[in-house]
Amino acid sequence: MNEDRLKTREEQAREVFGAIRGNERDLDGSAPGLGTDEVVLNMGPSHPATHGTVRFVLKLDGEIIKDMDPEIGYLHRGFEKQSENATWTKVFPYTDRLNYVSPICNNVGYALAVEKLAGIEDPPRSQYLRVIGAEVHRVCDHLTALAATALELGAFTAFLYCVEGRELLWDRVVELTGARMTVSWCRIGGVSRDAPDGWLEQLCRTNERVREIIDELDLLLTRNRIFIDRMQNTGVISKGDAVELGWTGPCLRACGVDYDVRKDHPYLVYEDLDFDVPVGEHGDNYDRYLVRVEEMRQSLRIVDQCIQRIPQGAILLDDWRYVLPPKGEVYETIQGAIAHFENIMYGIRVPRGEAYGYTEAANGELGFYVVSDGTGRPYKIKVRPPCFPLMQSLPHVMRGSLLADLIPTFDSINMIGGEIDR
Amino acid sequence: MSHVVLDRLLERFGEEVILGSHSHRGDETAIVAPTEIANVARFLKDDGRCSFEMISDVTCVDWIDEEPRFEVVYHLYSISKKHRLRLKARVPEGDPRLPSVTAVWGGANWFEREVFDMYGVVFDDHPDPRRILLYPEFEGYPLRKDYPLNGEQPLVEMRDPDTGQLVMPGRISRDQGREV
Repeated sequence: MNEDRLKTREEQAREVFGAIRGNERDLDGSAPGLGTDEVVLNMGPSHPATHGTVRFVLKLDGEIIKDMDPEIGYLHRGFEKQSENATWTKVFPYTDRLNYVSPICNNVGYALAVEKLAGIEDPPRSQYLRVIGAEVHRVCDHLTALAATALELGAFTAFLYCVEGRELLWDRVVELTGARMTVSWCRIGGVSRDAPDGWLEQLCRTNERVREIIDELDLLLTRNRIFIDRMQNTGVISKGDAVELGWTGPCLRACGVDYDVRKDHPYLVYEDLDFDVPVGEHGDNYDRYLVRVEEMRQSLRIVDQCIQRIPQGAILLDDWRYVLPPKGEVYETIQGAIAHFENIMYGIRVPRGEAYGYTEAANGELGFYVVSDGTGRPYKIKVRPPCFPLMQSLPHVMRGSLLADLIPTFDSINMIGGEIDR
Repeated sequence: MSHVVLDRLLERFGEEVILGSHSHRGDETAIVAPTEIANVARFLKDDGRCSFEMISDVTCVDWIDEEPRFEVVYHLYSISKKHRLRLKARVPEGDPRLPSVTAVWGGANWFEREVFDMYGVVFDDHPDPRRILLYPEFEGYPLRKDYPLNGEQPLVEMRDPDTGQLVMPGRISRDQGREV
């Protein structure tokens, strides 16, 4: 048996040396060369350079990606199945866990979809609060995306700045909602808590610091030679392909399409607010980075306007069919007690029908397709996660480029595991 | 605004293909004969007044007590015209299949895979008809209404990818370790 093994090793060595000699001949151009095989490389599902649980099966020719197959589903936990077995209100905690970096955006998206189906609208103060929350979390999401991009390209300092900014904003989110990430803050017909006293002024001061951080980030990265080399002209997609493949959000706008749900189909109070939609030109990773940086500045601008304009008043709709009655009414009146009991035990009754609610989440169009059969539970909830179409076009974007370019491209696409796998 | 689109659709295909329409809560909806879905999709993308360049979403609703049982739902969006449309097509439980629209919008690829994964609806001519979120050995279709909420799946024995032979035969029992 040993002999066999030795023999095989000898044979192997002969093959290797033969190959090397073949290669030398090839370099001379005297003989047709060494055959190269495609190498299949398995990347992930837990890889240090991919933030998110995803597996890539890559077919490589040298360092060139011939083809790839992204394999998702590692974080699948049956969001839709669980939602069908919960009341409409109990779905909110599940939506937090979709895009866990910007949960208020998900909360708002779901609440708006259900409100569209029910034909109700939340009070003005709640609308402003929702916009503030969603925009603060949009900044957090972009900061996280850029932090991860910078980190995975070796720029640790930029990562620390981004995380500092995110932590400052998350402190405000904690004061508003009671949690850093799993906020469950919105309700159907409003929001669960008002801003505490002095919170809006403090948010204003935080915004100042976050603006400084964004400027620092800009200085650190935008003209950084290494960063530009890795980002420019990598992960390029054309305008037409991006639209056909269903891209939305900052990645689509980096290709030069100015589609932003907040501008094109305004919801909440976005119509009254003054902000710009940054648009890129080349559709590469660098433009996606630039679009995100500018979007953060615009989001802070929106937050500042909301802080100035936010009206006083109720934060929840006064409609006991959808909203829990105030505690005083529950304890002292029979109608209040019955409404509370029915809303808790059977769930709110959303009228029969279907609606597709869509909002601009941090990564793009977040759609909720909700179907009701008139009972207290959703008959069907389908989430349209913005990074799902982005991820499916990754092979299209990456075919023919270097393996090293996969890292910045994957980062700028900003896949969120909780959202894509549901 | 989108009434233009519904009128165009009826004008082009007639009532044999466009089985119905509504605009509940402002969402324009057309119910389409399932065999014609790819043709309707092609028309909606190419027609100058519809120009739906983007497919936002594909999903399915399981109306378990009705026949045909599965309702495949498409959400379309036009970047240039800024309007939306929902297409719906019903397929029966016995043979849940309809043509794929991936040739029209490449973006439908993963969405259709997900509908197959979760509901078992088959899309003809799909370039990559595999499960997407779940693993190939998964038994059943979990978003069907008759799949239990706490449905358990058997453990999967590891196989050699080249030979198909079991790597450690007998190490995992199909009853998940319980005595039979």
